[in-house]
Amino acid sequence: MNMDLILFLTLAAVAVITAVSMIASRNAIYSALFLVLNFITIAAIYLLLDAAFIAMVQITVYAGAIMVLFLFVIMLLGAERVEAETRLTWQRPLSLVLGFVLLAEMVYLLFFHGGGSLPVVHEFEGAFGSPRSIGLVLFDSYLLPFEVASVLLLVAMVGAILLVRDERKEAS
Amino acid sequence: MLMEAQASSFFQIAPWIIAFPLLGLIINILVGRRFGERFVGIVASSAVGLAFIVAVLQFISLQTHPHGISVRVAEWIAIGQLDTSWTLRVDTLSVTMMLMVTGVSTLIHIYAIGYMHEDVRIQGDPGRYTRFFVFFNLFVAAMMILVSADNYLMMFVGWEGVGLCSYLLIGFWYDKGEGGIANAVAGKKAFIVNRVGDFGFLTAMFLMFTAAGTLQFDQVNAWVEAAGPAQAAMISAVALFLLLGATGKSAQIPLYVWLPDAMAGPTPVSALIHAATMVTAGIYMIARSAVLFSAAGSASHVVAMIGAATALFAATIAVGQFDIKKVLAYSTISQLGFMLAAVGVAARVAGMFHLVTHAFFKALLFLSAGSVILGVEHGLHHHDGDHAGFNPNDMREMGGLRRRMKVTFGVYLVGALALAGIPPLAGFFSKDEILLEASHEFPLVYILLTAAAFLTAFYMGRQVFMVFFGEPRSDAAAHAHENPPVMTIPLIGLATLAAIGGGLNLPGLHTLSDWLEHTLGHIHVMDFSLQVAGISTGLAVVAIALAWLLYGRSPLKKGEEDPLRRILGPLFTALNHKWWVDELYGALLIKPYAALSTWLAETVDWAFWHDWFHDSVIAKGFRWFTGWLSEDIDKKVIDAIADGLASLTETLSRRMRVLQSGYVRTYALSMFIGMILLVSYILFV
Amino acid sequence: MIIPIQYLLALSGILFVLGVLGVLIRRNAIVIFMSIELMLNAANLALISFARTIAPAEAGLGGQVMVFFIIAVAAAEVAVGLALIVTIFKLRHSIDVDQVHTLKG
Repeated sequence: MNMDLILFLTLAAVAVITAVSMIASRNAIYSALFLVLNFITIAAIYLLLDAAFIAMVQITVYAGAIMVLFLFVIMLLGAERVEAETRLTWQRPLSLVLGFVLLAEMVYLLFFHGGGSLPVVHEFEGAFGSPRSIGLVLFDSYLLPFEVASVLLLVAMVGAILLVRDERKEAS
Repeated sequence: MLMEAQASSFFQIAPWIIAFPLLGLIINILVGRRFGERFVGIVASSAVGLAFIVAVLQFISLQTHPHGISVRVAEWIAIGQLDTSWTLRVDTLSVTMMLMVTGVSTLIHIYAIGYMHEDVRIQGDPGRYTRFFVFFNLFVAAMMILVSADNYLMMFVGWEGVGLCSYLLIGFWYDKGEGGIANAVAGKKAFIVNRVGDFGFLTAMFLMFTAAGTLQFDQVNAWVEAAGPAQAAMISAVALFLLLGATGKSAQIPLYVWLPDAMAGPTPVSALIHAATMVTAGIYMIARSAVLFSAAGSASHVVAMIGAATALFAATIAVGQFDIKKVLAYSTISQLGFMLAAVGVAARVAGMFHLVTHAFFKALLFLSAGSVILGVEHGLHHHDGDHAGFNPNDMREMGGLRRRMKVTFGVYLVGALALAGIPPLAGFFSKDEILLEASHEFPLVYILLTAAAFLTAFYMGRQVFMVFFGEPRSDAAAHAHENPPVMTIPLIGLATLAAIGGGLNLPGLHTLSDWLEHTLGHIHVMDFSLQVAGISTGLAVVAIALAWLLYGRSPLKKGEEDPLRRILGPLFTALNHKWWVDELYGALLIKPYAALSTWLAETVDWAFWHDWFHDSVIAKGFRWFTGWLSEDIDKKVIDAIADGLASLTETLSRRMRVLQSGYVRTYALSMFIGMILLVSYILFV
Repeated sequence: MIIPIQYLLALSGILFVLGVLGVLIRRNAIVIFMSIELMLNAANLALISFARTIAPAEAGLGGQVMVFFIIAVAAAEVAVGLALIVTIFKLRHSIDVDQVHTLKG
């Protein structure tokens, strides 16, 4: 039992708790905030795993941009509360059961089946997850996906604007 | 270039004797109507005339080759043992027939040009002129096939052909006659009665083929000569069946009944077919089968007896007839009896001789009778007399015509005297020869024939006196006039032949006997017997005198009864009613047969088969079957399957529809379930 | 300093299952969306864990680069998805996904 393991287990617990809270919360804003916490926790675990750059990106983009966007929309739509009535009453129990089944399968796979031999985590190797090394790989081997991703973002932007803009154009 | 070689080459043109009339009729069929009556008549007569010339050329060729020749035209049937072909046999016997038939036919064709011109206008259908000459030419062609045949089968083709033409020509005015159908009925009667005779001919051929394996004349003759006593029954059978065929075609007892009815046809038809040519086919056929009949002794006796009996029987009927053509018809039957009796007593030359001379004077008599009838018809039309019920054939309406129709009277007299057997006309010589042979061979036949000869003279006298002497008994007769030369000139030609025809076989000269000997084998020639000749001539003179007593001295007046009726009483009625033979046949054969066929048709065919069997068994059964199929199988089973499938699909889809709930979460859940299943599969299987 | 990879992967799995449950159970469209983000995150975690195990460092970085792209894509997806939700809200005046059920059999 070393520090990393303890730290990791603590962070894991927090992540799980926040996730459960996110799902269970009645208030959408609470759900969003819990998700932010979850993201930050995940970012911490990334740090533990020598993925420094990714951890920062996670916080910046995910927690900082995406979740903010979510909050904007929640505020915009005023969807704090949700109606209680639903016709699919059988969905929740069944989903829980099935979720539990999947979890059991995963546990079995990981701890008992052996699943082949899982690879071992290596030693820290200096600037493994640093921006410099990521950048070297990103702009060298993964240049094309990088460019395509930028186009993708452009498309998303245009799409998002279009989706919302059309109605306003008709209204005026 | 020897005369011989030139003469023998004429044999090769023998097929033209059939081809020319065929050509004539084809031309007339195709273009005849367009070119008019004159063209049709000339083409038809020329066709037969050319055939006559071919016959003459054959005659010339035979002078140097008296034994004749077979001219093969084409292969016909060659199956197994049967090998017949279209081959013409040109020998003295067939050429005799060829010459007579084509010669007389030419004269009658010319006569018919004028006669039919009048007849179609009297009957009211001028368009039928062409058809008459087409049928006439067809008849000559068929007769030539019959006469020139080399085997029984080819002869039978001609036999049937002339039968067909006879039917067509008897019923030429098929829509006229009593009740509008009498002529057609007469044609039908001729055809059907002839069919019975044809049955005999066919059976004879079948027997011949079974026994001898061939139908060719020479080969059959050879078989007969080589046959032993074991085949005597077969030979007799063949002979008797051939005789049956001959009685049909040559109008002997029992199949003569069609000939008097055949007078319904136009007069040239009666003259050519039912006097001179077709009816002689039976005699010719028996003469051809001379070897066969010589070998079948008892059959020959039957032939002779039938001939003699018919001769006398028909002569008696002729005495009691009032229709001018009916008298001549029964006379023909009687004279054919003479010929049949002749070939029956093996006097074949005598038979052929009488055949030829009879053709001359009987054709003459028929044509003259036609001339008389036309003359009387003219008298009727010109005088605008009473048409209704007037029968131009009835002798009782005639009288005194010798003053108004001189040429006709002259030739008729020649013909009548020839028929009666008065020397030196043709009939005397030929009839005398028959009587001579009969007296030596078969005395009973001789007696019957002599009696018939007596009656022949009597009824001819009766006819001549009734028609030409005394005063006209009707307005039509009073205004009758002579016919144009196109009709009278052939009459004169025939009269000449009737007068000098005896020269063919004068006793002592025996030209015909020598001529026919080349084909018929050795002919025993009888010496002239003054006794026989004297008796026959004497009887003939007595008969004519008797006729003059009854009809000539005090000629019949209008409406007066026939004196014979007073003398003979009921016997005359019997004679007038033809001994009721037709009625006898009707009651004995026709009515039962008609009843049988009606019963078969109505009861068996309609009631049983049609109504009961078809409707009740077949139709009902079928309907039940299809009903069962459609109700029980189609509706209950197949429809159930089809509908069942459809409703199953519907139920299934209705149940499955629920899956499309519209809820996205449910879709997600199903995806999740699928994913779990997959993982489980990979993990555990 | 060595964390057994099973723990990491177990955590990833738990988060993933939680994400799925969120999608299946919640009716709020935005919460469903957030659950999808959670699932993506779980995947990212697994990727980062595996990146740590490959021997040459450059190859191992490939996993981190992948996560980088996933985050980028997730961002784009969220933008468009939220725009869609806004549009649907304007039509339906509700973000309850159970209200959008007319496309049914």
